[in-house]
Formats: sequence, structure tokens, C-alpha cells
Amino acid sequence: MLTSIKSHKLQYEGQKLGMMYFRVALVLFGAQLLMGLIAAYQFINPDFLYGIFDFNVARMVHINALVVWLLYAMIGSVYMMTPEETGQEVVGVGLGKLAFWVLTLAVAVVVVVYIFIQIGPGKESTIWLINEGREYIEAPRWADIGIVVVVLIFYFNIFATYMKGERTGIMTVMVADLLALAGLYLAGVFYTDNVSMDQYWWWWVVHLWVEATWEVFVGTLAGFALLKVIKAKREIIEMWLWIEVLMLFGSGILGLGHHYFWIGTPEYWWEIGALFSALEPVPLVAMFVHVIYDWGKEQGAHGGSPVINNGPTMAWVTINAFGNFLGAGIWGFFHTLPQVNVYTHGTQFTAAHGHLAFFGAYASVLIGMFYYGIQKAYGIEKLKATFNSKMAIVLITFGVIGMTVALTIAGYEQVLVERAELGAGWDPYFTAQALPWMKQAMAWRMIMGVVTFVGFVYLFIDLLTIGKKEANN
Amino acid sequence: MENGQSVWTSIRFWRRSAAWVTGFASALLILLTFDTMGQIKMGTDEDLQKGITKRVPAPTVINHHIDYKYSKKRGHEVPVIGDKEPFFGKEWSPKEARALLHKGKLTVQAKNCINCHTILGNGAYYAPDLTKSWLDPKWKQLMAMTNSKTKEEAMAKFLQHPEKYPTHARRMPNLKITPEEAQAVVAFLKHLSTIDTNGFPRGFSKGVKEFEAGGTYAH
Repeated sequence: MLTSIKSHKLQYEGQKLGMMYFRVALVLFGAQLLMGLIAAYQFINPDFLYGIFDFNVARMVHINALVVWLLYAMIGSVYMMTPEETGQEVVGVGLGKLAFWVLTLAVAVVVVVYIFIQIGPGKESTIWLINEGREYIEAPRWADIGIVVVVLIFYFNIFATYMKGERTGIMTVMVADLLALAGLYLAGVFYTDNVSMDQYWWWWVVHLWVEATWEVFVGTLAGFALLKVIKAKREIIEMWLWIEVLMLFGSGILGLGHHYFWIGTPEYWWEIGALFSALEPVPLVAMFVHVIYDWGKEQGAHGGSPVINNGPTMAWVTINAFGNFLGAGIWGFFHTLPQVNVYTHGTQFTAAHGHLAFFGAYASVLIGMFYYGIQKAYGIEKLKATFNSKMAIVLITFGVIGMTVALTIAGYEQVLVERAELGAGWDPYFTAQALPWMKQAMAWRMIMGVVTFVGFVYLFIDLLTIGKKEANN
Repeated sequence: MENGQSVWTSIRFWRRSAAWVTGFASALLILLTFDTMGQIKMGTDEDLQKGITKRVPAPTVINHHIDYKYSKKRGHEVPVIGDKEPFFGKEWSPKEARALLHKGKLTVQAKNCINCHTILGNGAYYAPDLTKSWLDPKWKQLMAMTNSKTKEEAMAKFLQHPEKYPTHARRMPNLKITPEEAQAVVAFLKHLSTIDTNGFPRGFSKGVKEFEAGGTYAH
């Protein structure tokens, strides 16, 4: 499958390896959306696949496929940019390819076990072999160990190449960030009977990934894409990149506190979490301003004619700038203060934020990198958006925003009725779930999920065909 | 400063600032982590005997009556550990209670509970939050439905055969939970309800009676 995405024009073996990661990422993206549709439909018709493929299975595969496809696309993007930034072939690329196959095999086994075995008895063996039962990092322990080994190989590839080649500011940030990103995974690889302790360290992985190291990662990636696509000045990109590191880590690391309001941890996290997470949207605004400002400035420098040598990548990077600010920044800030969060914590509000943030901050820029890979693989000087690219952009973006709005409305209703009026619990929960506002919102979420999926089909077809089409032009 | 450039456009300045700020934030996080680890370490049976309040009490807390009451001093509800009461008809020794909690936590993970429910508010949003589920007034109805004498018995029966006791269109599936696992999960949930969550969830099930009586607080 996906062999029609050729990589023969790529100069570097490292970039071919990057394309291999992109292909798997795309397939997993599709799997993520399908599982999302099943889970969304179960909200409307709870009898659907009841006792066969229950909500917890669909939802687990939905969020795991998301995390894994983003990680695949991230690794692919690093293999894509490293040779160009360092001017070097990736060191140990053969080992890197072996690691790719090991990881892909492991992912396949984990998914098959999730889908067919689903759950196990309440013993250590289940944690080791079937499912760890911790949100986002459900992968069983054997797979954890495999992931650590593969990531060590990947990091060796990149670090050795960096040391050997030119050490640009972009690569310096990337290499430092990847080390933190990989190291943090270890905080999630242990078992404890103390659920507060469990969640404390679990957030080290989840939060310090998505609200710190992944954010710096996409900042770096967006910088690289702008460098290549609109030929922005390297000094401007690199200066902004350090400002982003300063602000993202300055707010994101202690912003971790907003997950420590209610899990048994002391009250001082209220103040720390509130203060620092309130600062989190700041660098995201800066990112947006930086993208547009640099673009306008560079346009002018080239005598007024816009120089965009990859239309789809530029479009997805622009969506990233808006989406990151809105999804991670605004939707995150909506419910981050403890006075609000005591009611919104654990409601559809979180789901609304999650959908727009993961799409806006991560999926968008990584789809942009898929197109960058295609452009390089076919040796196309100027890649223009096709009808399919445009349909994908419009439908996926519209679909995700639609889902977010629907879930936000569901969240408001849940917060006000279940939490504020009735005070949480079994009956309050189902009372809120049964109200027409919730049902309508869930129906709209389903519809917008289908729109997103149709957009994905356009994206899939486009990625398979755009290279050949444009290369012939 | 590069060639008399302003400090605001100097890459070196921003790089150094980024390193300092990141280092400072990380150091503060590590410091706070040490303090928090001390505060959320599970208490001991001795603490319980002496009435020392712990944010996460010892497993033997399952031998006590649990309540969740408004504290004027703190401005929200806090768990109140009361007198001893039998749990599944007996008092559990520290060793037994620890083993039971261990099995319960493992079962909660093995059955993938958090991909429908939330625990301490984290998880999925397809089913009710479990943080204070031990204290849920709904168990009274379930005691009648399952023909049980105690709350824990009703919970264990429900967990083993949730498909037999539907309360809403959205039903919990049968997760092949054994009688021993069910007992352990109930212990886990009772222990969970004793964790000091800084008042989350707020006003637990306060409005249900009024709502059921006609959906209004006006009497």
C-alpha cells in the first residue's frame, strides 16, 4: 500500500526513511478517525457494538492511534529535515530502518491485541502484555521497552548527524527538545497502587509532551517549513525560535500545575497552575504574529511577488498558527483557572479543547510536512495545491472546528447541569447526558466527524496522486 | 551584542534567556515535586489509629465509615474518616487491605475503566466520574435492585454483571470481572473516595433529591 508515493528523487537515505514513517502515520491517522466515528456514534446509539467493541476499546484505539501517528509523523519530519539542516546523510540510517520495522511490527501487535483481546484479568500480566489502562499511554509494558529502544536508536541517528554536520540554531533546538521529549516517556513506565502518585507522574509524560516539548517541536518544524517554503530569513526564524523556547518552557513546565488541582496534590498547585498556564497562550500568539509578519516582510523583499514554493505545506502551516493559538491557547485557557476548572474538569469541555488543540497544534503542521516530503520525493520545484488538496484543507478544518463547537456546547451543558446544578455523580451525570442540548450537540459532533473523515479521504487520495500529477506538469 | 545590534534582536540574548528560564522552571518543578511526593505518599495504619489526616490515607481506611463534608476553613468539601465499620462483613488487617487495594488498582487498569469513566477527573467522558463513587446515593437503588444488604455487596454484584442492572440506555458492558476482582475494585473505589481532592467534585450529588422531587429547589 501507498507505494505510489515514490521517494526516488530524494538525495538522502535519511529522507527516504522519513517517508517510510510518513506512510505509516497516514494510515494510522485514518484508523484514528474511524475509531473516533465509532465512539461518536456510540454516544448517539449506545447499543451499537455493545459487548463486542465497547466504547472504551474504540476510544482507546482512537487516542492511541492519534498519539502514535503524531509520533511517526514527528520522527519522519526530523529525518526529513536533519540532512537538509546539517548537510549530512543521517548517521546509522541502516539501523534507523531496522528500528522503523521493529517499531511498526510492535505497533501492529499492540493494535491487534487492543482490538481482539481488549482487556485482561486484574493481574500484572495484563499490564505487561495487553493494556496498561492509563489514558494515552495504554501500550503494555513490553511495548514500552520496545519504544524506548527504538527511540534511543532514533536519537543516536539524529544526534550523531548533528555532531557531524552543520549545527544550525534550528537543529540545536530540535536535538535538545528531542532529548527532553524522549526522556519524559520514562516517567510513565512504572506501576504504583497510589492513584495520586500514578497520575502525578502520568502528567509528566502527557502534559510535558503536549504542552511543552511537542510545542517547541512544532515551533521548530514550522520554522523549518517557513525557511524552505517562503525562504524566510534564517536569523529571523532562529531568533523567534529562541523566544518561543523561552516562553513555551517558561510557561509550560510549571503550567503542569493545572493538572494538579484535584488529584490529591497540595493546594499550592492552584496558584502555580493558574499563573503559569494563563501565560501559555502568550507564545502561541507570538507564533502567529511571527508567521504572518515574516511572510509579509519577505514578500516585500522579493519585489512584492509572493514566493511560496509549496502551496499545501504553507496552507497547513498557516492553519497550525491559527489552530495552535485557538485550540491550545484559547480553548485551554477557557477552563484552566481552578475556580472554573473545579466544574469543568473531566467534562466534554476537555474533549472540545483536546480535539482543536491536537489538530491545530500538531496534526496540521505534520500534514504540511507530508506535502513537503512529497515535494522533495518527486523533485518538484513548486508544488501547487490541487482540487483534492483544497477539499482536504477545507473539510478537515471545518470538520474539526465543527466538532469542537459541538463539544463545547455539550461541555457547557454538562458543566452547568451535571456539575453546578446537581453536583456530579451517577444520576447527575446521566441527567445531563439525557437533555436535548447534549443530544443535539452529540449529533452535530457525529456529523462534523463525518465531514472530517471525508476530508481525510481527499487528503489520502491527494497525497497518493499529487506528486505524480505535479511532477508531470 | 552582534555588531552593535539591539539586544532585542540578538539571537545570543534570547538563547541565553531561554536556557535560564527553562532551567529555573525545571528546578522549581523538581523542588515542588519533592514536596508533593512527601504530601501524597500513602499514609500508614498508625496514622489512621492516631487520627492523623493524610492526603492519601492507608489502605486500611476501608475499615472506616467515609463521608464528604463541607469544611468552613477550606471553603469546600473534604473527606471525613469516621468510626470503624465492617467492609464485606469484616475488618481487614493492614496486609490484607494492602493486597486488596493492589488487586483493585490492577483490575481498574486491566479492565480499561478510564476509557469510559474518569478517575480524579481524568479519563473519558462516556460514564460518571468515579472519584467519590463510593459515596453516590445511587447505590441505595442498586442495593434494592441487586437484593443486597450492604452497599459494598451491591457494588460488587453490579460490577460483575452490569448488563443485568441497567439504569439508563447507556449500559456498562460485562468486563468479565471475577468476584474477587469485584471486591478489590470496591475497595479501590472506597479508598479513592478518601483522597483529599481539594473539593473536587464540588457539591457532590447535592441537588439530586430536589431534582427528583420535581426539578426545583422551591418547596
